[in-house]
Amino acid sequence: MNVATATATPVVKSHSANGSAVKDKIAIRNLNFYYGETKALKGVSLPLYANKATAFIGPSGCGKSTLLRVLNRMYDLYPGQRAEGQVLFDGKNILEPGLDLNLLRARIGMVFQKPTPFPMTIYENIAFGIRLYEKLPKSVIDDRVEQALTRGALWNEVKDKLNANGLSLSGGQQQRLCIARTVAVRPEVILFDEPCSALDPISTAKIEELIDELKEDYTIVIVTHNMQQAARVSDKTAFMYLGELIEFDDTSKIFTSPTDRRTQDYITGRFG
Amino acid sequence: MDASLYARRKRRNVLAGAASYGATFVGLSWLALILGVLFWQGFGGVSLRVFTEMTPPPGAVGGLLNAIVGSLIMTGLALLIGAPIGVLAGTYMAEYGRHGHLTKIVRFINDILLSAPSIVVGLFIYEVMVRPMGHFSGVAGAVVLGVLVIPVMVRTTEDMLTLVPDTLREAAASIGLPRSLMIRQIAYRAAKAGIITGLLLAVARISGETAPLLFTALNNQFFSTDLNAPMSSLPAVIFQFALSPYKDWQDLAWTGALIITLAVLAMSIMARALTATRKPS
Repeated sequence: MNVATATATPVVKSHSANGSAVKDKIAIRNLNFYYGETKALKGVSLPLYANKATAFIGPSGCGKSTLLRVLNRMYDLYPGQRAEGQVLFDGKNILEPGLDLNLLRARIGMVFQKPTPFPMTIYENIAFGIRLYEKLPKSVIDDRVEQALTRGALWNEVKDKLNANGLSLSGGQQQRLCIARTVAVRPEVILFDEPCSALDPISTAKIEELIDELKEDYTIVIVTHNMQQAARVSDKTAFMYLGELIEFDDTSKIFTSPTDRRTQDYITGRFG
Repeated sequence: MDASLYARRKRRNVLAGAASYGATFVGLSWLALILGVLFWQGFGGVSLRVFTEMTPPPGAVGGLLNAIVGSLIMTGLALLIGAPIGVLAGTYMAEYGRHGHLTKIVRFINDILLSAPSIVVGLFIYEVMVRPMGHFSGVAGAVVLGVLVIPVMVRTTEDMLTLVPDTLREAAASIGLPRSLMIRQIAYRAAKAGIITGLLLAVARISGETAPLLFTALNNQFFSTDLNAPMSSLPAVIFQFALSPYKDWQDLAWTGALIITLAVLAMSIMARALTATRKPS
């Protein structure tokens, strides 16, 4: 994947320069995260650029999923988990108390490791999220459902059985249904938490292709265990280790000439 | 490889297998015997008259209509009282207060209530309702059965909602679904079969209760839908008629017992069928 050709807009070379602030969809600043007493993220600072795919890689337990779950405040569902620092989403700190989490999550969608269709029909799985924030006539919702399922590369497979239960689909189809469901709400950012780790290679390829297309309209963040996948789908890669951000750069740079020794060891398979 | 070790293991396996089959057979044979006796003694009395006529005085012909209707009314009301309380409490415990201290306390008390002898609950309602009102009544019978429904519903609702995977809750939250909507539209839907099963089991449990009804609704040999008056019920009639010296009353008690048993059996089978179709999630 060539970063320079991925977009027509000028590529931001550095995330330290002042000018880059405009391009940051999300800016993570000195983020610490705690599971009870355990510190899982240590002073992470990182920009996430609009209309780019950023991959978080690193060995198990390095904090990459934790970091992802801070971005839509998913950790708020559980007691004893807390974050310190700043996460600026379009310049506004989402870690502030009193922030409306439902509105935040409508703008920052998430796709999970395991497919999680709702226990309802395929149609309802998509329409449900649309109706949540928009009051629309049935015909418009029908259109939106079709758009979302098309965006999720699933429409052709399900258009004749929209009233079948979402759980009746195969694992790969369920995952694409979940992507369509996320897209239907029209978020600005989509978080992927190891979206292919429960899928077969063909389904994986389809979803990677889909992520590549989604970049045009959304800011993508993907956590993955699979380094080839990170190399294939992302423009930027962040390597994390033991709760720290070790290195963040263009994906091509990370995978060809990483500056940190630990990054190099990880991507060459020496540990992890 | 030690051949004798393996041979010993095989012998023990045969013994344990035989013991398991034996125990299963003994257990099931009681059930078969009970059903057999009920059919033998009660089936001859099943006729249209049972469902259309009142309980008779000794020596006359009659049916069980007043008892069946009384049982249906009180069971239905008991569900209306107990099921919402149980479902709401179970929902609080599984969804809002899962890690809280209050939940642990409520669960502990609920377990006690679940295993409390129903006659104690009957006495309690007798004290707080029947005595102040001055007479036995159908409403007191419904309340006592309702109190018995609560712990069953609390337990099944909490268990079934706890079985709904957290990933589904996270998925719901991830599209910006508020928690209250998540519970109503996602969690209840995923746990529906289980909660309905709990409801059927609760009905099965209360439809055979006798002692608490003797303290509250007592009995009524006439047809009555007046909740402020004593009300008849199948278990109470069975109790009264079975202990009586009259042959025709005893026969009617057998028939009533058969009807209750078949109704409970049907509900258990329905509950089982519902749980079986719950698998896909």
